[in-house]
Amino acid sequence: MTLYAAIFYLLSAVTVLATAIAITRRQPVHAVLYLIVAFLGTAALFFLLGAPLLAAFVVIVYAGAIMVLILFVIMLFRRSPRELRLLSEWGPATLLGVVFLAVAIAMVFKDPNSRIVLKGAVAQPGDFGRFLFERYWLAVEIVSILLLVALVTIIQVGKGRGTGGEEQEEGL
Amino acid sequence: MIVPFGHVFILAGLIFSMGLVCLVAHRNLIMTLVGVEVMMNGAAIAFVAASLRWHLMEGQAFMLFILAVAAAEVSVGLALVVNVFRRTGSLDPDSYNILKW
Repeated sequence: MTLYAAIFYLLSAVTVLATAIAITRRQPVHAVLYLIVAFLGTAALFFLLGAPLLAAFVVIVYAGAIMVLILFVIMLFRRSPRELRLLSEWGPATLLGVVFLAVAIAMVFKDPNSRIVLKGAVAQPGDFGRFLFERYWLAVEIVSILLLVALVTIIQVGKGRGTGGEEQEEGL
Repeated sequence: MIVPFGHVFILAGLIFSMGLVCLVAHRNLIMTLVGVEVMMNGAAIAFVAASLRWHLMEGQAFMLFILAVAAAEVSVGLALVVNVFRRTGSLDPDSYNILKW
């Protein structure tokens, strides 16, 4: 086992463990904080897999922006809403997840290509950016339109219960 | 040199299925959105691993688009959650039985 493999398994263990703790919390704040650890592990994993620009983006957008957004929205609620029926759905959900995972693992191990050992390579950020804007410039523009549509939607939905927006300062 | 290709895919499947369990099991809309984020994270790991496997940068480009879609999805979803919490005072999906604007 090389040093890279040891780092990979360590990062995988950290990511999986943090995600497992996050999805079983009852308080959303705890879940979000554990999820930040999981996303940082994912970012380090991307760096190991040869995508340094994406590792930076994951730290900035996922662990930074999205998680802070969820934290602020949790803080908007006056009291943390308690989940009433906790254990009634966990059994079928876990069964579903385990069956899905077993099928996925069987499919991965059945494929002989999955035994190919990955060779290290790095997509330099400059090369990646040039590739993105030469080959996928239209998709980048579509993504910008998507973000604009999301912004318009948030402004309209967050305006309040009235359609005209005259009673928007009612508070939560 | 690093690890077998299948191991990265198993990691991605593990994270995806944990997100699926979180999405189905919780009765809190914020935890549902968190589950969707975890699922997208697993898909992104699979894309980046495939990008390294075939030495093509398309996988990383798709990861970037997944990132943008995740950002748009979670912001619109949280705006909807805040709006619906104003109307009903609850985050339980079972209490949303008013189907009107």
